[in-house]
Amino acid sequence: MKQGLLAAWFIARKDLRTEFRTKEALNASVSFALVVLMLFSFAFDLGRDEFYDISGGLLWLVYVFAGALIVNRSFIREVPNDCLDVLIASPMPPWALFLGKVIASFVLLLIVELISLPVYGLFNNIQWVGAFWPLFGVMILATWGITITGVAFSAVTVNVRLRELMLPVLHYPLLMPLLVGAMQVSTALIKGEASDVFQELRIVIVFDLIFTSLALYLIEFILVG
Amino acid sequence: MRDKAIYILGILGTLLMAWNMHTIFVTLGGEAAQGAIGKMLFIHVPAAITAYCFYGVAVICSVAFLITKNFQYDSVAVSAVEVAQVFTLVNLVTGSIWGHIIWGIWWTWDLRLTSQFMCFMLYLGYLLMRPAIAEATQRATMSAILAIFAAADIPLVVMAIRLHNVRTQHPAPVLETGGVDATWWPPLAVGWIVFMLLASALVLVRLRQETVQREIDSLRRELHAM
Repeated sequence: MKQGLLAAWFIARKDLRTEFRTKEALNASVSFALVVLMLFSFAFDLGRDEFYDISGGLLWLVYVFAGALIVNRSFIREVPNDCLDVLIASPMPPWALFLGKVIASFVLLLIVELISLPVYGLFNNIQWVGAFWPLFGVMILATWGITITGVAFSAVTVNVRLRELMLPVLHYPLLMPLLVGAMQVSTALIKGEASDVFQELRIVIVFDLIFTSLALYLIEFILVG
Repeated sequence: MRDKAIYILGILGTLLMAWNMHTIFVTLGGEAAQGAIGKMLFIHVPAAITAYCFYGVAVICSVAFLITKNFQYDSVAVSAVEVAQVFTLVNLVTGSIWGHIIWGIWWTWDLRLTSQFMCFMLYLGYLLMRPAIAEATQRATMSAILAIFAAADIPLVVMAIRLHNVRTQHPAPVLETGGVDATWWPPLAVGWIVFMLLASALVLVRLRQETVQREIDSLRRELHAM
């Protein structure tokens, strides 16, 4: 167990270091988030109060689209030079490899989210600073759900034809309960009506628990067969 | 043997369906408030229950495949998902037609409608992914994983929509609350049996195609090796 966690930490560090050197996924994801934010301003012509009503929903749409670009890369980056086969053949357990990849994607997506949040507030005149810490808590919980399922599907689709198309088709319907919860909690927090958000937050937590255990258990079948 | 089973199930299902249709449209009276369109219930509800049964079969077979690596389970799973998709579609379309007449709208993002649609989308992904994987073992494993993930997601979908959309437009669950007249129960039950018989026949047809396809693939591989 301890060895596995250590291996997961090494994999996460390796992935983060590779990403920070090239910044391929990070740059693409941040610019994509900005483009989506800009498109929102053309798509909706709403008053201030009306915009507040859908603020959480729009925020998570940006995050989930940007997240697709991040998780998509997590296993594909190992395909050239047969690196994935070497990693699977190494003595570390498959769940450690998977957990490492999830941690790296989680950190990257969280960075993208933290960059896009002020821009989102700025573009749409949304006051989010007062609700930052609770919002950050929701971001951590929901981003974990997005990355754990996304990286699992990235492993499933790594040898699939048209994998870039396949991943969102498989991933987005699965994320629906998580996003419903996260969107509602975020809207309530931004609007300052955060008294009764625990019910919605429960779905996010249950989603995280179910899919973390399921993915960690099934990853051996996905990677080794 | 399997051919005989297909014919027996198909013929039995068709005959029972004809008899049931006669009961529904000739013997039974119209629904008190809705008139003839209320009889959509006899197709709409059995189709949904049949679909759930076969999604259940698919998930059990997917788990069995992961444990045993027996391809027969994979074939049953994919056949069951395909047939369940058809019955989900029947459920969605009949519901939509009913909604158009009774509500005046084709669709609303209500608890039951949304969860049924999500169920359809999740397993549509399963069917879309299969042809994209060339290697048979990998295809079966990934499909099994996907079927299990989708099954784990459905209770959460229901939970999420229940929170999001407390006001529900879909009629109250009359089957659970006993709002259905006693004379309506037998045709409903027979309707479900009919759909189960026809769906089983379709699964067997699809299963034969899968088995033959696997044999063709193995012959092709043998030919390549020579």
